[in-house]
Amino acid sequence: MDLFEYQGKQYFSRFGIAVSPGDVADTVEEAVAVAERVGYPVVVKAQVKVGGRGKAGGVKLADNIDEVRLHAGNILGLDIKGHVVHRLWIERSSDIAKEYYASFTLDRPNKMHLGMLSAQGGVEIEVVAEENPDAIAFLSIDPVRGLDLGTARRWVADAELDEVAREQTAELLVKLYDCYTTGDCDLAEINPLILTPDNKVHALDAKVTLDENASFRHPEWEEFRATETEDPREKMAKEKGLNYIGLDGTVGIIANGAGLAMSTLDVVNQVGGSAANFLDIGGGANADVMASALEVINSDPKVKVIFVNIFGGITRVDEVAKGVLEALKRVTISSPIVLRLDGTNAVEGRAILAPHLNEKLITEPTMLDAARRAVAFANA
Amino acid sequence: MSIFVDENTKVIVQGLTGGQGKFHGLRNRDYGTKIVGGVTPGKGGTDVDGIPVFNTVKEAVEATGATASFVSVPPRFAADAIMEAAAGGIKFIVCITEGIPAHDEAIVFNRLVEEFPGVRLLGPNCPGIISPGKCNIGITSGDIALAGGPVGIVSRSGTLTYQALHELSQQGIGQTTCVGIGGDPVPGTNFIDCLAAFEADPETKAVMMIGEIGGSEEERAAEWIKHNMTKPVVSYVAGVTAPAGRKMGHAGAIISGSKGTAQAKMDALREAGVHVCLNPTEAGQKMVEIVKAL
Repeated sequence: MDLFEYQGKQYFSRFGIAVSPGDVADTVEEAVAVAERVGYPVVVKAQVKVGGRGKAGGVKLADNIDEVRLHAGNILGLDIKGHVVHRLWIERSSDIAKEYYASFTLDRPNKMHLGMLSAQGGVEIEVVAEENPDAIAFLSIDPVRGLDLGTARRWVADAELDEVAREQTAELLVKLYDCYTTGDCDLAEINPLILTPDNKVHALDAKVTLDENASFRHPEWEEFRATETEDPREKMAKEKGLNYIGLDGTVGIIANGAGLAMSTLDVVNQVGGSAANFLDIGGGANADVMASALEVINSDPKVKVIFVNIFGGITRVDEVAKGVLEALKRVTISSPIVLRLDGTNAVEGRAILAPHLNEKLITEPTMLDAARRAVAFANA
Repeated sequence: MSIFVDENTKVIVQGLTGGQGKFHGLRNRDYGTKIVGGVTPGKGGTDVDGIPVFNTVKEAVEATGATASFVSVPPRFAADAIMEAAAGGIKFIVCITEGIPAHDEAIVFNRLVEEFPGVRLLGPNCPGIISPGKCNIGITSGDIALAGGPVGIVSRSGTLTYQALHELSQQGIGQTTCVGIGGDPVPGTNFIDCLAAFEADPETKAVMMIGEIGGSEEERAAEWIKHNMTKPVVSYVAGVTAPAGRKMGHAGAIISGSKGTAQAKMDALREAGVHVCLNPTEAGQKMVEIVKAL
């Protein structure tokens, strides 16, 4: 789960990481109130989960109440790459002497945590990595040992941060690592991390991605979940416990297992079709889950055909077959359904469906045959 | 021969008294796997369908001589269960649990490396391992596998592992061992571990490798194959059409920026001399050709 900048900053604050004083605002009047409280000049920042806000006019400096009104009014409702701005973050503007970069993420190939620190912040780290890789000090951290202050001190020296910033940054990095680990982040990134003319170091931006697998030990994440804007199809699927991702094609996909679902998308594409979604009904799905899956796909007006691709493992094919019949009873499925059923109890499953097969409910013996049939319907 | 597990492997099930653990543990026993015990704290002295249950892994190992463990416990207990297995004397741990926090996985992996270097972890979030006709640990349906070799299978995805077994078995091509390494960000066992074991196994003549988007394990495997593998490898990588920035079910299956795409993985594998196929059926057919020509 990606956090908005303001949520990331609030999350950082819990771990003692310094951020600029500020608050959120959903209206022009709230923006004014925050600005009056924190003091001018302020920065009015659009809260959207997409990069390039500044270029799109979503970040503006305001020196007085009139400018706050003007910018807040312009930015609220602004469409930034398909993300409409509903919320602003207003913070006290900082004077900047230097911009640094700091982040922690998992280094998957090495199974260690990776810290990245650079004296060249403020630009995308990918660009720095490309053009001047020596400007990034990489630190591999053993998750068992963690990051201590001594190591952080050597690290800030390696990164050649300004002398006056080093001790403060080392302390901040230890806190950021704590936020990253104790806070169960997939990514904790500060860009830019700034040094002010009066030699203070603090986070001017916050990019945080949380590991949803750790939700069970973070009840406080509920507030972040509440602000997640979702595709209505994805929301409906989530409520039914399905793993669904909306796409733009016309072939609705239902499969069991993420790998098979991805593979189904690929095969549909290979035979000339395009998938309307990724939907993994998971392991051990019963008739009810299958029926819900069909209902979710049926609610997508783009879908012209539904391809059900099941290889029973824990999932039993007879349950899938019952689910299909159950769904047909519950709702009118407008599109034809093409099924490929193999694996655990496939014979029983096919037998359950046999009396009900017709021109809109079809089985095919293999994944490829079924994909071809489904795409023929979609492109008809 | 087979890799990692065979007909002599004695297995305990951590979580045998739970729903999943019982269902799959008993299925594995029915397949012929030597399931010699279960572990559930507080339930020692009881049994599940005749399989004795112990309070701790240590007790179970002392009483049964087990060397492998099947971990089927909820995500919040999984890290402790894996460490308990290693500390209790287990050498091969299969963890099927889905949804373990990435930080827990990273700590477990490094603790195993540092404290128990002789222990192998398979998974988490994997279907397990089957050496057909000998031993099945995990959730794979035994009837889709065919004993006798000569193909080894290694896969990051559960259902695609079944699909691969099915494609081969249907054509009468058997398997030595089929390993599902799982789709999580920090797998205990990776492609290279399995490829090296298959390369060293005299009965395995060819290997099918099923990858998916995300991470760089396929690229690393390609590099290893290029320099070390003498046996033919057929590969399929799922997720050619997956959009960037969205997790496709598995925690590890995500394309970030230009990294982790199926195309990059397929290119690397092809460059290493691997037969790269565009769907599982094609991969099965290619493997049939290769085996027939052996």
